[in-house]
Amino acid sequence: MSQSTPDRTFDTASLVEDFNLRRLGQYVLIIFFIGFFLAPLETGLMTAFKTNEAVARSIPLAPPFGDQFTLDNLQFALQELSGAFFNSLFMAIPATIGSVLFGSMAAYGLTMVRWRYQMVMLVLFLVGIFVPYQAVLVPLARFWNNIFPLASMVAPIFETLPVLEGYHANLVPLMITHIAYGIPICTILFRSYYQSLPNSLVEAGKIDGASITKIYRRIVLPISKPMFGVVFIYQFTQIYNEFLFAFTLVTGADTLEAPVTLILPAIGASTSGIDFGIRMSASFLAAIPTLIIYIAFAEQFAKGLRTESG
Amino acid sequence: MAAHDTAETTQGSTESDVGMGTKLRYLLNSDFVRSSPYWGIPFVIMGAAVYGGIGFNVAISLTDASGLNPPDYSDLDLEMYTQVLGNDAFIQAAQNNLALLVSFTVICLLLGLFLAVLLDHGIRYKDKIQTIFLLPMALSFVVTAQMWLWMFNQQNGLLNIIVTTFGFEPVNWIGDPSIALGAIVFALIWQFSGYTMVVYLAGLQSLPDDQFEAAHVDGASVFRTYLKIIIPQLKEASVSAAVVLMVFALKAFTFLYSLTGRYRPPTGTDILATLMVRQAFKFGKWAYSAAIASYLLLMALGVIAPYLYYQYRQGSL
Repeated sequence: MSQSTPDRTFDTASLVEDFNLRRLGQYVLIIFFIGFFLAPLETGLMTAFKTNEAVARSIPLAPPFGDQFTLDNLQFALQELSGAFFNSLFMAIPATIGSVLFGSMAAYGLTMVRWRYQMVMLVLFLVGIFVPYQAVLVPLARFWNNIFPLASMVAPIFETLPVLEGYHANLVPLMITHIAYGIPICTILFRSYYQSLPNSLVEAGKIDGASITKIYRRIVLPISKPMFGVVFIYQFTQIYNEFLFAFTLVTGADTLEAPVTLILPAIGASTSGIDFGIRMSASFLAAIPTLIIYIAFAEQFAKGLRTESG
Repeated sequence: MAAHDTAETTQGSTESDVGMGTKLRYLLNSDFVRSSPYWGIPFVIMGAAVYGGIGFNVAISLTDASGLNPPDYSDLDLEMYTQVLGNDAFIQAAQNNLALLVSFTVICLLLGLFLAVLLDHGIRYKDKIQTIFLLPMALSFVVTAQMWLWMFNQQNGLLNIIVTTFGFEPVNWIGDPSIALGAIVFALIWQFSGYTMVVYLAGLQSLPDDQFEAAHVDGASVFRTYLKIIIPQLKEASVSAAVVLMVFALKAFTFLYSLTGRYRPPTGTDILATLMVRQAFKFGKWAYSAAIASYLLLMALGVIAPYLYYQYRQGSL
């Protein structure tokens, strides 16, 4: 494309000049947008390390100089969030594994094996991705609080377990909720991958007389390892970052079982306003798990997003 | 798992006495039945949660449940739906929601397309730049809301420092009801335009390269080539990205809640999602909020259904 040889009729010199100017403009715009996307994160990060006085007096973009620098906010935020980190991971990791496994199974059943009315089933899964969760919130609250109070049922068991406390039982309904509502997106992500696999693999297995379970375990699972990576990264980020279900099912930001996202909007707030040093420190701490995953697996994350939209 | 050995399946016997047993055995060995544990178990879990939940929500919305009164299913009517429609707060929230949906979707698509075209041609470190543009999407709305709360801060926020260096008065971005919604749309565009860029980049990369060469030979400028030849081919990417953005705009709750940490978002930015959650969990008006949720669901379906039909017609489901 860009290396295309100049046409004979063109004046080469003017072409090069034009080309360079355009290139320059392109890079200036790119740098502008890098600034646009990073500025809120940069000001937040700098503010996290500033004393209250520096927060009020200095330019948000500027790094802390000399006595403006402090780690107190970060320490305070870490102390406030340490229990919440455990809660978030304790809830998000099993929930991710659950929805990813179910998603893979469903996608296999929907793509590798042909049967009638698959399309209807597929549409039901697809709609499940887009349903606004507000449409199930009242039933969810009623179900887990009144109809099937699973949390209070498993609490006695949790008390006897090491590491866990009784209040962690309140995260179990949240975990199951995340698994159930995560299935549709995981299914569609896996489906797009399975569709790209050559049909001959499954056909060969069938001719050899392998059962459907055997084909899944011996053929499909081993070759879908990279896709498991993509879906796991995508889904973990979604569940860890999620707020609305946690907000509905965990009673408040001041409870011991609250995950990170639930505590964050309340941290460092007082009657005199918001302490932005603390708030920004807490925000960065809360974002660290997803930031690490994103920086390490940016390509997989982008792939998950791309596949989500058709 | 219902995986029997296939070796002894019936071979469709030519004899006249094809009994019920044979038929049953044939049915049990069909792919439908044998693959059923795979799609069936996830479907039952998901179906109970999504469709069971929706049904339950509709049932609650037909009762008068509120506060500590459990829903009474013996007396069902549509009263809540008419009550919701007659409420000014609902109309206001619906208007805000529509404004948010349209401006957010359109600007996100345009900016995403612009960024994709910007990165499409022989840019160095393209992958790294793409990673930076997409970074906000990896963060929770709770986190980005805190960052923007600081950006919008009236005394020391970065935006007001920029505004005042140009000689203008500091703006109360979040506190002024007439611009609060615009400020929030701006922040959401910051978070989502990387996503539309990625969708468009995938679309651009799937196009054959020679179109550019052909247009170049014909003497068409790069701008005209994009406008007349390339962009019309990105229709599918635009449609699917637009659906994701519109559905998001309908259910956006977390960002707005996290700005204030209260049920009531900044004045002038109340949308259906925040109104519904507030009515349910602050005031305990279960049936009333369930009715709002039903309207919200209908609007979302109004976006999704044509999209799925379009996809089905295209054969790309």
